[in-house]
Amino acid sequence: MSLNNPFDPDSTLHRGCSCGQHGSQAEHELAEVDALNQRVIQSTVMRALFPQDVERRRFLGTVGASAAWAAISSLIPFGALEAMAQEKGSLEKKDLKIGFVPITCASPLIMADPLGFYKKEGLNVTLMKTAGWALVRDKVINKEFDASHMLAPMPLAISMGVGSNAAPTNVMTIQNINGQAIVMANKHKNNRDPKNWKGFKFGIPFEFSMHNFLLRYYLAENGINPDTDVQLRVMPPPEMVANLRAGNIDGFLGPDPINQRAVYDDLGFIHILSREIWDGHPCCSFAIPSEFIQQNPNSFAALYRAILKSAAMARDPKNRPIMAEVLAPANYLNQPKAVIEQVLTGKFADGLGNVRNVPERVDYDPFPWYSMAYWILSQMKRWGYIKGDVRYKDIAEKVYLLTDARKQMTSLGMTPPKENSRKFMVMGKEFDPAKVDAYSNSFAIKKT
Amino acid sequence: MFSKPGLKAGLLSLLIFLIFIGIWSLATYHKEAPAVSAADAEYAAMMGKGAGKTGGFPPPGEVGAAFVTYLSDPFYDKGPNDKGIGIQLAHSLWRVGLGFFLAVIVAIPLGFAIGMSPLLFRALNPFIQILKPISPLAWMPLALYSLKDSDVSGIFVIFICSLWPMLINTAFGVAAVRRDWINVARTLEVKPLRKAFQVILPAAAPTILTGMRISMGIAWLVIVAAEMLVGGTGIGYFVWNEWNNLALPNVIFAVAMIGLVGMVLDQLFGSLQKLVTYRE
Repeated sequence: MSLNNPFDPDSTLHRGCSCGQHGSQAEHELAEVDALNQRVIQSTVMRALFPQDVERRRFLGTVGASAAWAAISSLIPFGALEAMAQEKGSLEKKDLKIGFVPITCASPLIMADPLGFYKKEGLNVTLMKTAGWALVRDKVINKEFDASHMLAPMPLAISMGVGSNAAPTNVMTIQNINGQAIVMANKHKNNRDPKNWKGFKFGIPFEFSMHNFLLRYYLAENGINPDTDVQLRVMPPPEMVANLRAGNIDGFLGPDPINQRAVYDDLGFIHILSREIWDGHPCCSFAIPSEFIQQNPNSFAALYRAILKSAAMARDPKNRPIMAEVLAPANYLNQPKAVIEQVLTGKFADGLGNVRNVPERVDYDPFPWYSMAYWILSQMKRWGYIKGDVRYKDIAEKVYLLTDARKQMTSLGMTPPKENSRKFMVMGKEFDPAKVDAYSNSFAIKKT
Repeated sequence: MFSKPGLKAGLLSLLIFLIFIGIWSLATYHKEAPAVSAADAEYAAMMGKGAGKTGGFPPPGEVGAAFVTYLSDPFYDKGPNDKGIGIQLAHSLWRVGLGFFLAVIVAIPLGFAIGMSPLLFRALNPFIQILKPISPLAWMPLALYSLKDSDVSGIFVIFICSLWPMLINTAFGVAAVRRDWINVARTLEVKPLRKAFQVILPAAAPTILTGMRISMGIAWLVIVAAEMLVGGTGIGYFVWNEWNNLALPNVIFAVAMIGLVGMVLDQLFGSLQKLVTYRE
């Protein structure tokens, strides 16, 4: 992490954590996780030794806790048990190349590098900044990257061979939920009703992106057919800002910090945040080729731990200002710190003259719900990207590694949800994961 | 050191440059933003007002500052995605050099064969004519798909774009060697290999080098575009990365560096050309 200038009267040198014993809140939590692991093992052993809790208490009461600890640990190798619980087998592959696109969605996988989460697992990770999503796809298929930041629908599309050769790819975790926005050019400040947007041109980052599906959904709910009434153009995020300036597009549903950057550069305003379409929608994912998992199970598990710890760190609002500072330099996002900070803290200028305070603007919930995959597939079906009968359940369960994520989260002492799917609302309409096909056929506007 | 006309031309160049900078400064000049009330201060701060942020096209001063920053430390390495301009240029030059070298290995012998044999020339001509006008970047998706490596694909694109001018020029140069000299060689019963190296090669060398010079020019044009596509390292990646940040001063700086290096490469081949030119 970069050091603050010690001679700057406004900077704080004693950042520290809540207990004061660790350098940062992130380290503090890490230590807590380790301690929790130990506790889980110890209580399991004690439960096995003393099936009756009364006996355990009587025993401890008579001999004293420290004597009991010495007696039991001489018989039972707690250290070895802990090591086994952490599954730290020898790593098959230590030098990993991980791709990312420079947007705030990638924060957990980026932050794991400067915070040393990869190193702690014995991994030597090189983060490779990549110019666009098509290139990310090609580099993953070509095995130039061992794992990569991907849009949540991409592993589904790549695994099915839609828009590329079929190459089995998995989602280890969701990188971020929410955190996108519809940005409109300043000239449309007085034209906020989407029903009047016929003939508009919009930028989207990739065909197989939540941005595409959410924008299509939003437009269609407002009576605009995204295939015939407006033009959707695929363009890399920086081009969105450049095209907005040039007047080539009227708006875009883009990733942050590009949205905030358009506001910062006085080119557009934030029409709505993506969480106003679907609160809790996935955006990007941490993806890995299935082949890598089969060949390197231990490296895969190590990578899981690093990413999950980093996501837990990124969820804490207290860490967000520091994250903005770490992510801003050219090696990572290469954006002004002021812009990233507004995105991460959720206190931002909306381009219309207001300061809005939405702490939930972006969150880093890593759990890969099957229902997320179902919804994505339902929209791919709706807009004709996939045809015929879709085996929603099979595809989702094959691509989204929900069971592994749950296992790893539990072993790190986190509490993953117990269900695999859940209902949610998208613009006031309920999505029931048990009735995906009916849902995707229920829309008036769709590709026929 | 300068002859009189040279001095005059130099002064004129300087004058043109100064006028250019002057117009640029005037065109990008903007007044200070008016002070904002305290209530709007927070919003203004979030919009980056008063934080040294300038909208629109950068004035010459900012670009000059970018020059100073990057040239004062050209070889820093702050991780895989942030390297100094010297390292980036070295990566690009390495790719261009390798692709160009491979093209030389293929184009010169093949061009020789085509130039010496009218039959081969007629047989290969249709292929060359079709392949020559294809934009090198159009090969990129194909290369990425089949070679399965972005770095190799970049080198392949350089190879394919520098191949044609060299091939055609070599063939043309070899075919255009004066008949008299070949006839003299035949009269003296010179062996074919000796004829190729001691008669045809020196005679065709200026044309071949012209082809190489054109190829190098094209290769340098193409590498920037190719690196913007595949990224990773190189001056093209640098341009893309700074564009990503919408940092126009840095982009202008990179553009100037691309021009400068291109000029040096061209001069290099220019002087090589002078070396092999002969007077009849």
